[in-house]
Amino acid sequence: MAQNSQTMYLAIVLAPLFGALLAGFGGKLIGRIGAHMVTIIGVAIAFGLSALTFKGIVFDGAPIYDATVYTWGVIEGVHLEVGFRIDELSSLMMTVVTFISLMVHIYTIGYMHDDPGYQRFFSYISLFTFAMLTLVMSNNFLQLFFGWEAVGVMSYLLIGFWYQRESAIYANLKAFLVNRVGDFGFLLGIAAVLMYFGSLHYATVFETAPLLRDLTIQVFPGVNWSLMSVICILLFIGAMGKSAQMPLHVWLPDSMEGPTPISALIHAATMVTAGIFMVARMSPLFELSETALSVVMVIGAITALAMGLVGIVQNDIKRVIAYSTLSQLGYMTVALGASAYAGAIFHLATHAFFKALLFLGAGSVIIAMHHDQDIRNMGGLRKYMPITWLTALIGSIALIGFPGFSGFFSKDLIIEAVHHSGLPGSGFAYFSVLAGVFITALYSFRMYFLVFHGKERMSASVRSSLRETRAVVTAPLIMLAIPSVIIGWLGIESVLTGELFGPSIAVLPGHDVLGAIAADFHGAGSFVLHGITGAPFVLAMAGVAVAWYLYLARPELPERIKQSFGLLYNVLDQKYGFDRFNGFFFAGGARGIGTVLWRGGDAAVIDGLLVNGSARTVAWLASVVRHLQSGFLFHYALAMILGLLLMITWFVTL
Amino acid sequence: MSLMLNDFLPAAPEIFLLSMACLILIVDVYVPERYRLVTYQLSQATLVVTAILVMFLYPTESVLTFSDSFVLDRMGSVLKVFVLLMTYFAFFYSKEYLRARNLFKGEFYLLGLFAVLGMMVLISGHSLLTLYLGLELLSLALYALVALHRDSTAATEAAMKYFILAALASGILLYGISLLYGATATLDISELHSAIGSEGEGRNIVLMLGLVFVVVGIAFKLGAVPFHMWVPDLYQGAPTPVTLFIGTAPKLAGFAMLMRFLVDGMGGLRGDWGDMLVLLAILSLAVGNVVAIAQTNLKRMLGYSTIAHMGYMFLGLIAGTAAGYAASMFYIIVYALMAMGSFGMIILLSRAGFESDRLDDFRGLNERSPWYAFLMLILMLSMAGLPPFLGFWAKWSVLRELVAVDMVWLAVVSVVFSLIGLFYYIRIVRLMYFEKPTDHSAVAAPGDMRVMISTNALAILALGLYPGALMAVCISAFAI
Repeated sequence: MAQNSQTMYLAIVLAPLFGALLAGFGGKLIGRIGAHMVTIIGVAIAFGLSALTFKGIVFDGAPIYDATVYTWGVIEGVHLEVGFRIDELSSLMMTVVTFISLMVHIYTIGYMHDDPGYQRFFSYISLFTFAMLTLVMSNNFLQLFFGWEAVGVMSYLLIGFWYQRESAIYANLKAFLVNRVGDFGFLLGIAAVLMYFGSLHYATVFETAPLLRDLTIQVFPGVNWSLMSVICILLFIGAMGKSAQMPLHVWLPDSMEGPTPISALIHAATMVTAGIFMVARMSPLFELSETALSVVMVIGAITALAMGLVGIVQNDIKRVIAYSTLSQLGYMTVALGASAYAGAIFHLATHAFFKALLFLGAGSVIIAMHHDQDIRNMGGLRKYMPITWLTALIGSIALIGFPGFSGFFSKDLIIEAVHHSGLPGSGFAYFSVLAGVFITALYSFRMYFLVFHGKERMSASVRSSLRETRAVVTAPLIMLAIPSVIIGWLGIESVLTGELFGPSIAVLPGHDVLGAIAADFHGAGSFVLHGITGAPFVLAMAGVAVAWYLYLARPELPERIKQSFGLLYNVLDQKYGFDRFNGFFFAGGARGIGTVLWRGGDAAVIDGLLVNGSARTVAWLASVVRHLQSGFLFHYALAMILGLLLMITWFVTL
Repeated sequence: MSLMLNDFLPAAPEIFLLSMACLILIVDVYVPERYRLVTYQLSQATLVVTAILVMFLYPTESVLTFSDSFVLDRMGSVLKVFVLLMTYFAFFYSKEYLRARNLFKGEFYLLGLFAVLGMMVLISGHSLLTLYLGLELLSLALYALVALHRDSTAATEAAMKYFILAALASGILLYGISLLYGATATLDISELHSAIGSEGEGRNIVLMLGLVFVVVGIAFKLGAVPFHMWVPDLYQGAPTPVTLFIGTAPKLAGFAMLMRFLVDGMGGLRGDWGDMLVLLAILSLAVGNVVAIAQTNLKRMLGYSTIAHMGYMFLGLIAGTAAGYAASMFYIIVYALMAMGSFGMIILLSRAGFESDRLDDFRGLNERSPWYAFLMLILMLSMAGLPPFLGFWAKWSVLRELVAVDMVWLAVVSVVFSLIGLFYYIRIVRLMYFEKPTDHSAVAAPGDMRVMISTNALAILALGLYPGALMAVCISAFAI
């Protein structure tokens, strides 16, 4: 049995890898159709087996699998291994990742149809799927880190997929550099784990953790810090980079330079949620540090509120969704901070569906608009693109948390969880997530109205060619719309009661906010009814109403508001100045230091003096000594005699 | 003093070689021009038989004869076998070259055989006079060989310079020998050794003067800086087969001369001549490696490279241990093999009217002939001392012995210079592989020549992969 499941898990990971290798190196041998066939089959195998695994673990009560598959090396007792830990948490993630990936693969056939890098693209996204699966399925920190970096590399490659574009290269470099900052913290966190636990294996670390709960360490002399807080905050810095939490969020909006399927798969549904997943995975550690939890919650709350606000002033369709993603990631982070890990993962899953749906819908619009992404040039697309319109509407409703749709269940759960939390900062977090509901509804429906309703603002030539996109594009939209509606109904109860995640997530009794909510829970239906009477619903409806009033009823109003609140608008339009500050302070500073070191250290000392200097000296010496070889016999004889005399004077002594 | 047959036996190879040389001299006079190949074949056969005799007589312990003026020992036998092997290859490589240029005459082979005789006598010399005799026999033959192409001004100029400078060096050496005789009243190597004492007890100013003169004389023969001036001119000026011959076998004889004079004869003064060799080694490494960079002629560049290689060879002697001597011997043999391949490659690529001895002639060789470019790559990288080629092990073994006696600083200095030296070897590789050829003619060389040069170069790769056997031979030569 164990052998069978090991083979199965290996197949899940390796099928996309083989697909990627075949598509990447197959070239002309397999052609374009071959490339998308092999990768889709690979990912489909992975999805099928993941779904089976999920069913086995969650419904059939199969035992949790935690074993090493391959030992790479042992260094002083530290095992460097490849291994899988398949439990409720990872099997859910596997299923979500492979499902979205499969949809995106299919969608890509249509979206990238005319792109010369077709095969490369399929190879990349399949390789990404492989990397994401190794991350999710890992049973140790080393493999986690490998997957973490591998998805980072794939993200880098895919953001810069159109590498001839200056802006794409800028964006992927930015993503890479900002993630370096987060990864630095992450790596330090892993190092701290290894240092104090002596193991990289999850199970060992989680078992030992309670024993080290009260240990304090001195990073700086004289200052005592709780070990658990240090480890957790360092790990969370990694999550901040990957899951784009303030102030390490700046790379995500720019990552929209990548092709739209990538934005859906990597920068909305899967990779950016790796940080959320990681913190949930480390729940046995985070539970031991209220400081860390507070930090997590406050950072998440700031991100949720501030990024949503920026979303209101964006005009690029993908950027609006990108800021929405940032805001939703903030919601998940808040849930983590409130110890509602299950709620965070639940929102992660629902968000993965409806956000991928929104992105792919946006992609469909972009195809129809001939790659014009400015929503000010759209309008009235509803009648040209009915399927895209309907699925986008479903996605938007799910996003704003309209009762009954998937987003409602997960988001309301988070709001309630924060409400129940007693940690420092939970008051602010509660305000943020409530205000966030209004803002989410505002920017979502601003975009929805501007794109699908109102005046048709596109040029005549574009309008004449507007039509619904191909089936390979719309089919994934429909496939994603279905879970966006129903997944909340199915999941809410088991999430609340803790059935869904079982022992894979640890929550201390004092932090069990979901348990407190569960006490009042009387089924999904009453949860929905309760929701309709709650404040979040009112706020969401208010947001939709304001959006309708401003962008459909009185379209001239936003311009006037913009003028009368110029300062506020500028702050939002400049995204709080993060980019400018980073560009000036970090990039400029680093370049400044780099220039000094380069000019002074590298160019002058190393290149000039050491490398070229020595080369020049040797060449000069060669040309000089060469002239000693004059060709005259008497010079040669003289040199010999001088050599003889030199040696006599030097050596003839007693 | 009566000589019995047994007293002649240790010198049997030399006697055979002498007899055959005289025989071939007469045969050559009577053979018509179109049968000149007979001279060549007889010479090669002589070399082979002599080598067999040497191996047959391989001694278990040192044997002295001719009133102790001649010694048969393991080191000598090993060196002689390699001298004969190198000469065989040198004759082989030169055949087509000489034919194409109307130089295919008996003199080349006869002078070569007499030079070999001189080397063998030098290698087996156990008296200062025997050593000098062997050296002179070798040198006289070489002067004439260099001037073989008498219509070439470069060759005659090189011969003239070589002759005068070598005469000067011989004078210096002979003066040194007379000083040694004056100080110790003996010409016998063993008696010289006991007169000086194993710790240099008999050290005096006359002895030291004699030592300096002798070292200078040997340094000249090996072409160590500052007594190297003749080397580049000779290497460039002489016909390539002569350069090949001078660049290989006589180096082994020169190593034997170092061993006989310094180690066997004046081992007690090791500290003194060790310091002198350090000076010569550093100067040779520096000048050889640095000036080679500025060369445009490949033969001349290899001349400077020889100078540098002699510097490396000294390092093992400086270490002053049996393992160090073995390492030096290993080095000199390896060097001779590599030099032979390199000059052989120049001969192979040349044709009448085109010497193929400029660096530019190797431009784009890979496009003209990938196989020879690959062989040249092996030779150059081996010369530079990169693994896995044989040259790496040669450098590694002398450096190891140097480090074993705690002379790390000298090892570091020599490594730095070999790093500089890497440049001009790699430059050839770059020219061959990354430049466009200026000359597109196909490589025209007879089949046997192709086989031999391939064997030569591949042996350097193969021995580089399994360096143990050759190394074991060298170590056994000093294991008595």
